[in-house]
Amino acid sequence: MPDKKGSIFKKKAKEEPVDAGNLKYVGQSVKKVDGLGLATGIAGFVDDIELPNLLYAKILPSPHAHAKILSIDASKAKKLKGVKAVLTYKDLPRIAHTTAGQGYPEPSPYDTFILDNKVRYVGDRVAAVAAETEQIAEEAIKLIKVQYKVLKPVLDMEKATEKGMPIIHDEKEARTIIPLNYDPKRNIASQVKALTGNMAEGFSNADHTFENIYYAHYASHAANETHIVITYLDGQGRLVIRTSTQVPFHVRRIVAERLQLSESRVRVIKPRIGGGFGGKQEVLIEDICSALTLKTRSPVKLHYSRSEEFIASRTRHPQRIILKTGVKHDGTITAIDMDVLMNTGAYGSHALTVACNTGSKVLPLLRCENVQFKAQTVYTNLPVGGAYRGYGATQGYIAMGIQVDEMAERIGMDVCHFYKMNHIKVGETSPVFKALGEGREGVLQTIESCGLDQCIEIGATAIDWYAKKERYERQTGQIRKGVGMVALMQGSSIPDIDMGAASMKMNEDGSFNLLVGATDLGTGSDTILAQMAAEVLDVPVEKIIVYSSDTDLTPFDVGAYASSTTYLSGYAVIKTAEDIRSQIFDVAAEMLKEKKADLYVKDSAVFSKKTGKNITYQRIGLHSLYEKNQHQIASVKSHITHKSPPPFSAHFVEIELDMDTGKVKVLKYVAAIECGRAINPKLAEGQTEGGVLNGISYALTEEYIFDRQGRMLNSGFDNYKLFYPADLPEIRTILIEGYPEPTGPYGAKSVSEICINGAVPAISNAIYNAVGIRLRKPPFTPEVVYTSINK
Amino acid sequence: MIIKLIINNEEKEFTIKPGDILLDVLRREGYKGVKKGCGTGECGACAVLLNGRAVNSCLVLAAEADNSRIVTIEGIGTTEKPDPLQESFVEAGAVQCGYCTPGMIISAKALLNKKKDPTDTEIKKALDGNYCRCTGYVKIIDAVRMAVKKMKNK
Ligand code: FES
Ligand code: FES
Repeated sequence: MPDKKGSIFKKKAKEEPVDAGNLKYVGQSVKKVDGLGLATGIAGFVDDIELPNLLYAKILPSPHAHAKILSIDASKAKKLKGVKAVLTYKDLPRIAHTTAGQGYPEPSPYDTFILDNKVRYVGDRVAAVAAETEQIAEEAIKLIKVQYKVLKPVLDMEKATEKGMPIIHDEKEARTIIPLNYDPKRNIASQVKALTGNMAEGFSNADHTFENIYYAHYASHAANETHIVITYLDGQGRLVIRTSTQVPFHVRRIVAERLQLSESRVRVIKPRIGGGFGGKQEVLIEDICSALTLKTRSPVKLHYSRSEEFIASRTRHPQRIILKTGVKHDGTITAIDMDVLMNTGAYGSHALTVACNTGSKVLPLLRCENVQFKAQTVYTNLPVGGAYRGYGATQGYIAMGIQVDEMAERIGMDVCHFYKMNHIKVGETSPVFKALGEGREGVLQTIESCGLDQCIEIGATAIDWYAKKERYERQTGQIRKGVGMVALMQGSSIPDIDMGAASMKMNEDGSFNLLVGATDLGTGSDTILAQMAAEVLDVPVEKIIVYSSDTDLTPFDVGAYASSTTYLSGYAVIKTAEDIRSQIFDVAAEMLKEKKADLYVKDSAVFSKKTGKNITYQRIGLHSLYEKNQHQIASVKSHITHKSPPPFSAHFVEIELDMDTGKVKVLKYVAAIECGRAINPKLAEGQTEGGVLNGISYALTEEYIFDRQGRMLNSGFDNYKLFYPADLPEIRTILIEGYPEPTGPYGAKSVSEICINGAVPAISNAIYNAVGIRLRKPPFTPEVVYTSINK
Repeated sequence: MIIKLIINNEEKEFTIKPGDILLDVLRREGYKGVKKGCGTGECGACAVLLNGRAVNSCLVLAAEADNSRIVTIEGIGTTEKPDPLQESFVEAGAVQCGYCTPGMIISAKALLNKKKDPTDTEIKKALDGNYCRCTGYVKIIDAVRMAVKKMKNK
């Protein structure tokens, strides 16, 4: 039975803020457990080990967007001194798979091969080489002679399904492994439809209707560390994959399958990771590097260049969204009809689920009975989409966030008020939760915590919303200002699908090893999980030694995606720590000759409520291992979720627009966020600030520029414009506390994804406030803005 | 050829090829704190102090660095004896994935060696060659300010 401490996350839902309680480690901005190792340069990333006889791998990229390989001759490359292996499609098992690092069975289509006899975008892989040095590998790549039959490419997603368009996936193996609406013959990677209520009725009840087209564009995750993997054989000839991944357990399963190995012959190690943002929820390069190791029996390293990272890793899926809504004079929303066309590029990684999320993480925010959602994902011969922080919601909020501003304006209501009136409230549900899931039906859920009203109020005050909004409506002159806002929600984990587990053991000095499958990729999850364990056991965080994501040593976890780690894996850690505590009580009861029920933990010791007798963890640890009834105090527990409670947020932005150049500059950005209880406020703020700036540069500067052959022209940090310190506007993060989620570990919900979704709509709305022009197709570069205001 | 360097106050001799890049040589010789984010001088992850100046080691030929003094992140401080900058980065929450952190700290160190009390604008300018995707820079700038305070109080 959970004792007194165990009851804290069973608090009843309340609309009113509740007290933070007397938590000791949770809710504190404790220092990151890996922080100092990283700051002194000693924490090991994938590339920070030395292996004897390491070989360097290089990939031969396709120069064509769409072509058949007629012949491929690697004989010259093989003869080059220092070359140890060359692989083409002829050397590898032809097993259709998806690169999406999702749970089994994956909802993404199986349309990819390690290497194929067809290439489907510029940069697609044609062959791979392993050589003694990087230079030799590069030379060898150039010596491979390939004869292509160039095919007409599909470069416009809006034309991809037209009659007469070439079929990108004409191979017979392309399929989905669960019944889904997959239609590769028409270049359709996924389609989904959901309807609740009655659309005709909804629109006929409206006093105003709105219909517009919105776009989301390609973007790179641009993690500082590009994709990298090192593979080698261990002392038993097993394959070890040391990789920069968000999904180590999926890597094990998927690589084993692709290379026809048993999972027991594969070990995946995730060391420190240099950022992921969804880009590393992809089993992308581990397979080919492993194949090179299996062929050469040597360690092999494959490290993407920045240019490869842009072109041949994964991207934000571009979308075109046609959004139609109906609203009454009083602000009641009577109908929402969202029609999404999504471009997945050459392969269908996350093709269904990202599109689903565009609806499922956006539509439930607003109360409405009549909702229709349609999405179609198409193949093109362009770079491949994938998971990207925000995961479809980013795209959806561009449409919804701008159109809500249009609605409020038309009926003459302040948009903050409009959101407050229409957003989903505690105790309410949305039919969309059930109608739309991740590749299958969703899960019905009721909102049990929501601090959105307070986010809106506090955010509005922080930016001085009402005064500025009015003042900026009538401006003249060259430099104009504007304010814009948007309200947001996301989710926390994939309910009834994702599982996280933790294991823990006690040492004789009263410290604990905490082993988690959860994948810290810079997010700080090792730290917040340690805080939760420390809270249950009442020991300093330093006494919890965290080790994460090694498939030989740690229990399973689906990995870092879907905003799940805190909410899902956090609970697994709490359960494990509670079991450990119970085992500690068993030993203490014996040692103190007290009843177990009378015991409680405090400051690394066990006390008796009755007698005040106590004994330290150190004594208990030593006793349990060496003195009497010797045994290892240890536990492993798993957790699955049945809900995906949304965090809520309101973003406000103030911009300055130069009429002569079209340049938009963000002056101030306020992100007020309610994520349940923040386990570590500083880390939660950091997540928000990073996501916000990523959102701002997505809105203003980041874009993929292609030539007419589908070649990306700006695949470097010099011409793909990211934000650097000098570009930084004032960003203010406000964590709204006091709304603990009853189903969350210590009341926590997710925080990392929601923050990236606000910048595009908020900035677009601010541009409207400044100059009266609606921009619906980001990025809002000076050229775009200038042309629009001078039309 | 053989080059002589003083790295983190230790005299070293390395055998290199004429075209070798300083970043690659440093990593090869065990200075793994020096990171590679782009290889083209645009991310600052590979920054080291070269004769006191912060430079991107991916743009320097190892041969050019012959006879110079180099400080890498490993020479700034250790987990036992961290530099105030390293402590501040951890305390301020400026470290997320940590891949940019060594380069950020090197750039900040170069600034603080010259200026005891820099303005925010000077901090941003000094770090402007350093890219970070995780933090949005807010806490990185906080960290440098915090280090300034710590050093004053020492
Ligand atoms: S690796 Fe040197 S600046 Fe990016
Ligand atoms: S902390 Fe990850 S790039 Fe800066």
